[in-house]
Amino acid sequence: MGTTELLQFALAGLKNGSIYALVALGFTLVYAATGVINFAQGEFYMLGGMLSVWAYADLGLPLPLAALVGVAATALVGIVFELTAIRQRKDGDPLALIIITVGGSMLLSSLARHLFGPNERALPLFSGGGNVSVAGAVLEVQTIWIVGITAVSVAGLWYLYNRTALGRAMRACAVNRDAARIVGIDTRLMVTVSFVLAATLGALAGLAVTPLTQTAFDVGPSVGIKGFAAAILGGLGNPIAAVVGGLVLGMLESLSIAFISSTYKDAIALIVLLGVLFVRPQGLLGRSGREKV
Amino acid sequence: MSSDLAGRHNATPVLAIEGLHAGYGRVEVLRGIDLVVGAGEVVTLIGANGAGKSTLLKAIVGLVHPSGGTVRLRGEDITRIRPEQAVRRGVALVPEGRLLFGPMTVRENLDLGAQSRRLSAEALRADVERVFELFPVLSERAAQSAETLSGGEQQMLAVGRALMADPALLLLDEPSLGLAPKVIAEIFSALDTLRASGLTILLVEQDAKLALRHADRGYVMRTGAVALSGSAADLLADDDVRLIYLGAWHGGGEG
Ligand SMILES: Nc1ncnc2c1ncn2[C@@H]1O[C@H](COP(=O)(O)OP(=O)(O)O)[C@@H](O)[C@H]1O
Ligand SMILES: [Mg+2]
Repeated sequence: MGTTELLQFALAGLKNGSIYALVALGFTLVYAATGVINFAQGEFYMLGGMLSVWAYADLGLPLPLAALVGVAATALVGIVFELTAIRQRKDGDPLALIIITVGGSMLLSSLARHLFGPNERALPLFSGGGNVSVAGAVLEVQTIWIVGITAVSVAGLWYLYNRTALGRAMRACAVNRDAARIVGIDTRLMVTVSFVLAATLGALAGLAVTPLTQTAFDVGPSVGIKGFAAAILGGLGNPIAAVVGGLVLGMLESLSIAFISSTYKDAIALIVLLGVLFVRPQGLLGRSGREKV
Repeated sequence: MSSDLAGRHNATPVLAIEGLHAGYGRVEVLRGIDLVVGAGEVVTLIGANGAGKSTLLKAIVGLVHPSGGTVRLRGEDITRIRPEQAVRRGVALVPEGRLLFGPMTVRENLDLGAQSRRLSAEALRADVERVFELFPVLSERAAQSAETLSGGEQQMLAVGRALMADPALLLLDEPSLGLAPKVIAEIFSALDTLRASGLTILLVEQDAKLALRHADRGYVMRTGAVALSGSAADLLADDDVRLIYLGAWHGGGEG
């Protein structure tokens, strides 16, 4: 295989990896705040695409505005989901919460099917068609959008986490909830914030990808699994690790297509998931165990 | 011995607990606790492991939900308050096990201690400096993550973090636990400084002698109830206390 072809696969890996990174970040943020895997995370990805299509095609809004409406509406769904389902479970029992997120996932995709129909729907490419040539490999302009949106989101999140009082409170909450509460952090508010951010990041991923792949009410779970695998691969609970996990998973998938067969592409995430759980449960960048002082 | 000493300033006590019941799930740990801490007092709560001392502190700040009785702070009912509200009302807890933010720096831990107050960056720095005056070693460690500190330094940081809330009432849960005598002396000398400044303190300790020497009054807890209470001097001299809580833990039969 030539270097051009290899580069082509790497670009595809970067594109998919960016999407997985955004979805993985959603898993990580909610996990950090609640200790729970949010199985509705894939639905935020689905809604980001579907609600943007709805705003664009059904409401007739211009694309940038439709995109804004789609992402904002998904963030709102995140808030409503947290307030009406997660917060109501007052003891925060992880198993109960996980089941709630599974139910939420089914509910959201059924609702989307009911409201927007069973068919695949599409958005136009953000800046028209067209490709850029990178050392002989073809790079779709939409891929630049996807990677760019991911990069900006990650930078924004990094700033929030490390340079703001809200981010510091979120990190404190992730280290130890009781400790956060006794210094005056409203941990319930931090949970809501984590859901808003997770929904927004998922929605951005779904929005960015829809012009290339189209979207439908049932795209959530498969992307959810990949984002989950990416989060586990990196090391759950650490935002940087989620991004690394996403990019590595995207690349692994591409390599598997390049060197094995595209048949196994979707199995890679599961193989990675199982492999990590058996060999290195704390993930690539995770610390062993949940250490506490 | 009675708790009427509590009202010695003839003012509303800072903390007044009446008939408090609390526990975990269906297991009742506290079975009707009455306890008062007057303004500027240092009151210690002693008792064997498992008596329910930590549970009481958790119930005061709302980490554990009382199932009966009342907790009053300066006369206001705060029973079943949420912990994040308790600290806003002026109750700061140095918890069992310290519960520091391990991966975060000493400075970040202290800043987070002031989370419940709206401070300017300047005011925040001034308060951090006050903690550094009390525990100078923390200033050398300011940029280090909390989990890299020694046990004693971690305990100092836990106390410092609680002080950053500018509390009206400081609750301490076994600050001497697992520390070397020299470090314990340092921490208790800091507590004496705080006491001299007029801070109201409820101190939970297993080391009864140590605690009573630094307190005005004491309560002895046994299996979820107050077994005995009185002035620190009286408790230090009490035969039962000497036998069970002082003698037994210091090789027995001193004096
Ligand atoms: N989180 C918990 N869940 C269930 N039981 C607990 C918990 N914490 C403490 N207990 C029980 O409550 C009783 C009192 O514990 P604690 O308040 O920690 O005592 P102390 O601080 O006096 O040693 C003990 O029997 C202990 O086993
Ligand atoms: Mg205890």
